[in-house]
Amino acid sequence: MADYKEIISAYKDLPGGIIEAYHAIQKEYSYIPEDAVVAAAQAFDISKARAYGVATFYSYLKVGKRGKNVIRICESAPCHVAGADKVVAALEKELGIKMGETTEDGKFTLEFTECVGQCQATPLITINSKPYGDVTTEKIPGIIAEY
Amino acid sequence: MAEEMRIVLRNYGKIDPLKIEDYINAGGYKSLAKARGLSQIQVIDEVKNSGLRGRGGAGFNAGMKWSFSYNTPADQKYVVCNADEGEPGTYKDRIIMENDPHTVLEGMAICGYAVGATKGYIYCRGEYPYVVDVLNKAITQAKAQGVLGDFDIEVRMGAGAYVCGEETALLESIEGHRGEPRFKPPFPGVAGLWGKPTVVNNVETFANIPIILEKGADWFKGIGAPKYPGTKVFTLTGDVVNKTVFELPTNMTIRDVVFGMGGGVAGGKKFKAVQIGGTSGGFIPESMLDTQVDFDSMNAIGATLGSGAVFVMDETTDLIDVIERITKFFEHESCGKCTPCREGTKRMHEILKKINSGKGSGADIAITERLGQVMTRACLCGLGQAAPGPVLTTLKNFRPDYNAKLG
Repeated sequence: MADYKEIISAYKDLPGGIIEAYHAIQKEYSYIPEDAVVAAAQAFDISKARAYGVATFYSYLKVGKRGKNVIRICESAPCHVAGADKVVAALEKELGIKMGETTEDGKFTLEFTECVGQCQATPLITINSKPYGDVTTEKIPGIIAEY
Repeated sequence: MAEEMRIVLRNYGKIDPLKIEDYINAGGYKSLAKARGLSQIQVIDEVKNSGLRGRGGAGFNAGMKWSFSYNTPADQKYVVCNADEGEPGTYKDRIIMENDPHTVLEGMAICGYAVGATKGYIYCRGEYPYVVDVLNKAITQAKAQGVLGDFDIEVRMGAGAYVCGEETALLESIEGHRGEPRFKPPFPGVAGLWGKPTVVNNVETFANIPIILEKGADWFKGIGAPKYPGTKVFTLTGDVVNKTVFELPTNMTIRDVVFGMGGGVAGGKKFKAVQIGGTSGGFIPESMLDTQVDFDSMNAIGATLGSGAVFVMDETTDLIDVIERITKFFEHESCGKCTPCREGTKRMHEILKKINSGKGSGADIAITERLGQVMTRACLCGLGQAAPGPVLTTLKNFRPDYNAKLG
């Protein structure tokens, strides 16, 4: 795994590059370690408060540990009427955790998301940003087994 | 009967989006060469005279927007493509970029030449990493072929903030800050990215540019509604037979969209409502389906064309439940910078939750209406101003649904 310090230094000369750096860190770690925010503040020469403020403003970024594979369930209106609540219940049952939690082995985290722009196939989930459309209770074990 | 007319999606399914040769063989990048043979003013006038209005939702004349940047002297100017498609129910920009990325690059490069900008950014939402890959491949190919000349394009990723679809919040985000909208004026055309003159247009707007240069302003002006000419790309979702994307001239009606191209309500059920333009759009009852979809006709019925999302709901839909969900969306997406939006979205969600749970009263309805009016007028940016739209239009068009839920 690439060290977050190396990742940050690759972006530090890019104007406004802190968000790109956070994306790159998250791609590697699946989250942004707390210490990486401090390192980013130094590299981009801004206060820790500001670096933390940016990292926590955006819902796609997560500061602090979470599972290796992030499952996000869309709850925007089109997915809501298509039965997103059933998908939530089925995923919680399959993984034995509640929304917002991570499995004990650190393999999966369950999160809500707003629209991910795949509304031709509601209800929808993403795993590490890969979309799975027209999700049914029956399809879930098969999808999970891919990871 | 509505018939599809593909202008923006003219190459959809016909070319391999990852092969620049395909795009060039289909006439691609000829418009950019043509533009560079004209004066900057001639290009701006062509776009202005075509009547093309912004396809992101605000509907401002694109050529006019360009002229503000052109008329502001600066050592550096920017062209920014808003690809932060975040309106729930919308996926048209994804379809355009995935299937014809070069038409967006060409449109941006034409704009760059017209206003005197050598640098462009595409701000693509973080939920589309696979689209970012397509764009980066296309940019690499265009640079290798030398078609962009001295115009450079870079992709930046959003990170899940709906508010960044607002152009000044988007610019803040490219600069590496929290995506909070700026006070306007100054407008980005005069002082935008890093304080420099910046044109911000939507993906679909840029995708219209090459063909306008190719076929001329008069040709474009003759399509669709006179005051909002051209086509609009619609994305259908909800309880509709054809949950897909298509492009129609702007003088078609909502009925053409839902029942013509959309194939009507799924499962043989009856129509209840359609929300157009994304989650901030108005809720439209059956009696208004013969309205034309163009920007001004939609505004006249208290609805919006917005992003072109078409969310169909059948007779079994609990509208108040949907509205509660939508108010939760806005509470979540409010950036918190201005008070009417930060507090208003929170209270709006609170009241709708109460009404949806059967504990609401007539007084709650009255206060919701008043709060909605205040937010529409007092919020800093389009997010807060548009947030009460679904509530206010359902109160107007579907009042019995509220009454049935009151305790």
